[in-house]
Amino acid sequence: MAKVTYVDNGHETVLDVAHRFSVMQAAVAQGIDGIVAECGGNLMCATCHVYVVPDSVEKLAQMSNDEDELLDCVVSERRATSRLSCQLIVGDALDGIVVELPPEQI
Amino acid sequence: MRTDTPSVTSPIDPFGPEYRSDPYVFQEKLRDLGPVVWLSEYGVWACARHEEVVAVLGQPEAFSSRAGVGISHLGRDRHWRKPSILLENDPPDHTRIRTALMAVLSPRNVRRLREALEPQATQIIDEALDKQTVDGVSDIALPFPLKAFPDAVGLTPDSRENLLVYGRMVFDGMGPKNAIYDQVMADADRVTTWIDAQCKRDALSPNGLGSQVYEAVDSGVLTNDEAALTVRSFLSAGVDTTIHAIGNALYCFAKYPDQWKALRENHAGIRQAFEEVLRLHSPFQMFFRTATRNLDLAGTDVARDDKVLLMVGSANRDPRLWDSPEEFQVSRHPTGHLAFGRGVHTCVGQMIARLEADVLLTEMLQRVESMELDGDPIWQPSNTLHGLASLPLRINPK
Repeated sequence: MAKVTYVDNGHETVLDVAHRFSVMQAAVAQGIDGIVAECGGNLMCATCHVYVVPDSVEKLAQMSNDEDELLDCVVSERRATSRLSCQLIVGDALDGIVVELPPEQI
Repeated sequence: MRTDTPSVTSPIDPFGPEYRSDPYVFQEKLRDLGPVVWLSEYGVWACARHEEVVAVLGQPEAFSSRAGVGISHLGRDRHWRKPSILLENDPPDHTRIRTALMAVLSPRNVRRLREALEPQATQIIDEALDKQTVDGVSDIALPFPLKAFPDAVGLTPDSRENLLVYGRMVFDGMGPKNAIYDQVMADADRVTTWIDAQCKRDALSPNGLGSQVYEAVDSGVLTNDEAALTVRSFLSAGVDTTIHAIGNALYCFAKYPDQWKALRENHAGIRQAFEEVLRLHSPFQMFFRTATRNLDLAGTDVARDDKVLLMVGSANRDPRLWDSPEEFQVSRHPTGHLAFGRGVHTCVGQMIARLEADVLLTEMLQRVESMELDGDPIWQPSNTLHGLASLPLRINPK
């Protein structure tokens, strides 16, 4: 299990997430509203956007070209710390990761 | 070949008129019988609960699509058309075709379609509001996708009604050879010839989605024949489903005017509301997989070559997952619904479907105060689809 913290407008929710689940799946399963995930994790919709808090960024695997292109379509501002949470698969490396939710997904 | 009689069986015929008269009641019976039920009428398994449908869709190597997603086993029975290299295919072959198609249906390309769709929606709603007493199908839900999607693909403007016939062949052709099947296949040769002709490179207008599929031939990703079959997938899956989805949306808002009011008062978003329509009245209700080996599914012994019916419309109403699943609630977040499937074959066009609904419902939300049923809706008899043939409506302008 790993701890993932979701920050929504300053309000923090910490979830225990089993390995091999994505940051998106955990959010959706446990009722975190700020992640929509319209396409269910198929890299089609850009509505599971998160900002990874800077000191968590090193923990992440590099993004694919597909994710990179899709991030150009996010509704809120794309930042250097932007990732699609369906691509962030929880494992030991992501334990303690903190993600900030953008103002809008759709 | 099965030699024993499975322990949990049912005589329910999901492709029969009795089931169609009240599908949701029969789905509940099947869900309650068990996770995996033998349908004695056809000698196939049925999974009506969410958990097992998800489990099967997550194991494409155990539950194949190549043997057909209809009741026929394509390894044994002759298929009515050349098998789809997308739908009726398995990884790894499937993966290459799907990847090429996902590149054409990229989020950027899909978003670009909005510009062309908006004036079409405006015109359709202009005409509907002039009349006020309309048929929600023939005046709204049918013409909009029938123009919008083939335009996006780059199809000829002529004879597009053939797309409706072909779509019925594709979806009703997944069922048994019953009266519905015979009826939709009556003109099969002529329609198939027309469809195949529209999939050729020179039949498609430049810059459309169809023509972009052929760019993958130029770059060596697909063969010319594969590109034609990939375009055929658009024409198979992209029309009837969205017509039914939009029709079902209008039905829901007419039947539950408080939910339209909730949308108008901003208590929920349009896209979220459309997901709820898809959950409650899934346009594509069921399809099959075929077991590739003897295996255990939720405690049931499934034999190699057994067909397994995945009842996604039923899974979408499974009380094991949702509270009050029979209720239409626009504020529900129906995450996890299976109306677009799940796994490697998840509907590749789903963002186009969402876009069409978003554009049309946004237009209506701005201009339509309320709508109500103006007579009995008539559901279209189909082997696997769930949508309306006719929806008498009154739409009231703001």
